[in-house]
Amino acid sequence: MSLLLRFKEGLAKTRARTISRIAGIFGRGHIDDQILEELEDALLEADIGVDTVEELIEKLRENDSGRKRGEDFDPLKILKSLLVDQLTDCSLLVHPERFTQKPWVILLVGVNGSGKTTTSGKLAHYYGRQGKTSVIAAADTFRAAGIEQVEIWAKMGNARLVKQKTGADPAAVAFDAHQSALSRGEDLLIVDTAGRLQAKRNLMEELGKISRVLQKKDPTAPHEVLLVLDATTGQNGLSQARGFTAAAGGTGIVVTKLDGTARGGVIFPIRKELGLPVEFVGLGEGLEDLQPFEPKLFVDAIMEA
Amino acid sequence: MFEELTEKFEKFVRNLRGQGKLTEANVRDTMRQVRRIMLEADVSLSAAKAFVKSTTEKSLGSEVLTSITPGQLLVKIIHDELVAFLGGQAEPIRFGKSPSSILIVGLNGTGKTTTTAKLALKLKRQGRKPLMVAADTRRPAAIDQLVTLGKQLDIPVFISDVVDPIKIAEASREHARSNSLDCLIIDTAGRMHVNDELMDELVRLQKAVKPPETLLVVDGMTGQDAVRSAKTFTERLDLTGLILTKLDGDARGGAALSIRWVTGKPIKFVGVGEKPADLDTFHPDRMAGRILGMGDIVSLVEKAQASVDAEKAAKFASKLAKQELTLEDFREQLTQLKNMGPLDSLLAMIPGLSGAMKGMQFDESELTGVTAIIDSMTVDERRTPRIIDGSRRRRIALGSGRSIQEINRLLNQFDQMNKMMKQMGKRGGKMPFKLPGIPGMSG
Repeated sequence: MSLLLRFKEGLAKTRARTISRIAGIFGRGHIDDQILEELEDALLEADIGVDTVEELIEKLRENDSGRKRGEDFDPLKILKSLLVDQLTDCSLLVHPERFTQKPWVILLVGVNGSGKTTTSGKLAHYYGRQGKTSVIAAADTFRAAGIEQVEIWAKMGNARLVKQKTGADPAAVAFDAHQSALSRGEDLLIVDTAGRLQAKRNLMEELGKISRVLQKKDPTAPHEVLLVLDATTGQNGLSQARGFTAAAGGTGIVVTKLDGTARGGVIFPIRKELGLPVEFVGLGEGLEDLQPFEPKLFVDAIMEA
Repeated sequence: MFEELTEKFEKFVRNLRGQGKLTEANVRDTMRQVRRIMLEADVSLSAAKAFVKSTTEKSLGSEVLTSITPGQLLVKIIHDELVAFLGGQAEPIRFGKSPSSILIVGLNGTGKTTTTAKLALKLKRQGRKPLMVAADTRRPAAIDQLVTLGKQLDIPVFISDVVDPIKIAEASREHARSNSLDCLIIDTAGRMHVNDELMDELVRLQKAVKPPETLLVVDGMTGQDAVRSAKTFTERLDLTGLILTKLDGDARGGAALSIRWVTGKPIKFVGVGEKPADLDTFHPDRMAGRILGMGDIVSLVEKAQASVDAEKAAKFASKLAKQELTLEDFREQLTQLKNMGPLDSLLAMIPGLSGAMKGMQFDESELTGVTAIIDSMTVDERRTPRIIDGSRRRRIALGSGRSIQEINRLLNQFDQMNKMMKQMGKRGGKMPFKLPGIPGMSG
């Protein structure tokens, strides 16, 4: 199933009513407060956040008042293009040509339950199909049975797993995995870290330590630090992006669980403040359900259906 | 939890205090701000609108009494309405005939398995004999996770080779009976509410088990989607309550309002940390006070009582009221702290502190250092810290192996804490509504 279909499926039930009405009214032409409010509500309910929504509505209003008399005005189309414009230069990781180093090191970070382990297996699978070999470092040594879980995902994703015991130093696991990947000449190292809330300073510092340890063998590592963000997350997502970027130098985002009704709109304020691109989206529990992020489809799914 | 929300409410409450009249204009203006604050705190749009509507109506209709300012009245109305929205009194777990079951359900990654273990520990501490049932046969290693937690907590876990959660639940009931265990906590697989097939499975499971409690576990960081998913869960299943998790971070927790509003079910517990004991009873009344910057001193004292013996806690509470804390009390509290849960969330409960604490971080390992410093003091020094001069500080530094700067910092913090306690005492009489009863503390 295509990304759009899958994504739309979830959204269909809640979105149809408002938007179709707006499209109908606007053939003839004048923006009124009620319509603006409906659009505003739709954006707010997508978790885009009050500030960003107000800016978007203001821009929409400017677009309306700035147009020539008699000129057609489709607010939905304008709004969508305003949204898409904010998502340029995403999906940089789609092609493994980017991997100029062996192994290319991807550090997966995020809060508890966002889907890091699942993503590590799916990433290995994604690149495996493009002929790249992967190693997964089981650096979540905290969670009960965290290692067993990543073991299963590594197997499914056809990746080699490097692990130690529960409670082991996650930086040591990352280092071991890095060293062995270097000596075996493997293409990709995916470091699956323990979930942590960004407000916990000590745990955040541990991520810095993992990064530093990886730099021992390769000063350019980690090459990607991906924040795994649950699509159901609200405005706390911005705080997550800030916290993890400060601690581990985030380079991009993976939005998971987009197969429900959550829109994941918090990526807009994150993009605006921190510039982080969205790389992949998670659309289900299967191996194939991690797909490159497509801004236009994403925006369509938020505003249409 | 609710920190930013609290902070913002505190701010506009301060602004309101200067206002003379409760006019339609300033009520509406305030309510616009309330709506904005709520949206920023991830309260769902529909819940925020409903809240603003009913609060506005109540505000406009109410008479301003001469004894309070219009601002105070408005704050009280907002507070009462928040209490109502968050849902009356704290509700305990319901039990049926033994073995009674508790069904744990929710979306993926909200913390069901962790919560299952936390709840089991809580019930065990209340004298029950829980059996954790590993009915999540979908997520890789979910069963291992529960088994590991069971070992850690010395609580039995029921596992089975069968894939059908209904069969597992039925077999677990037999197992509980023959091992005289009196409650089953059934951990189910996470599922998307739009996945009809999996939702059907849950409906069948609930019909088969007929649990007196079916609890929906919701991630405290959830945004607008909270209403959509909770609505489906409550429509499909006979939910009896909610558990909000991951509230030990900086999530504003607006989802609490949304899910309570959309389901009408009580929030029974909140997850406040990664340790098995970090599951707190949810107190809507106190939470509302906390949102308004009143702090949550009752929860603090209760928490202390659970970990410390009652007598010590009562002594501490009365000292807190009289504002005569010594470094000895301080040390005693510090040594108990580790059993109480994350320090940040504990300190956030002290009235007036949430604003002052913004941006401060608490490293629990530093507690050991602080204890060492106090240990190196004489009894007189602990009781009368102001006698600690330069030469005493040097001696304490040598004795404790900490730097003089650390000792200065501790003494300063302690001093500030005492000042804060005194201010609280003075401010007490002027508060718009009473602090819930603590022995010896006037409201």
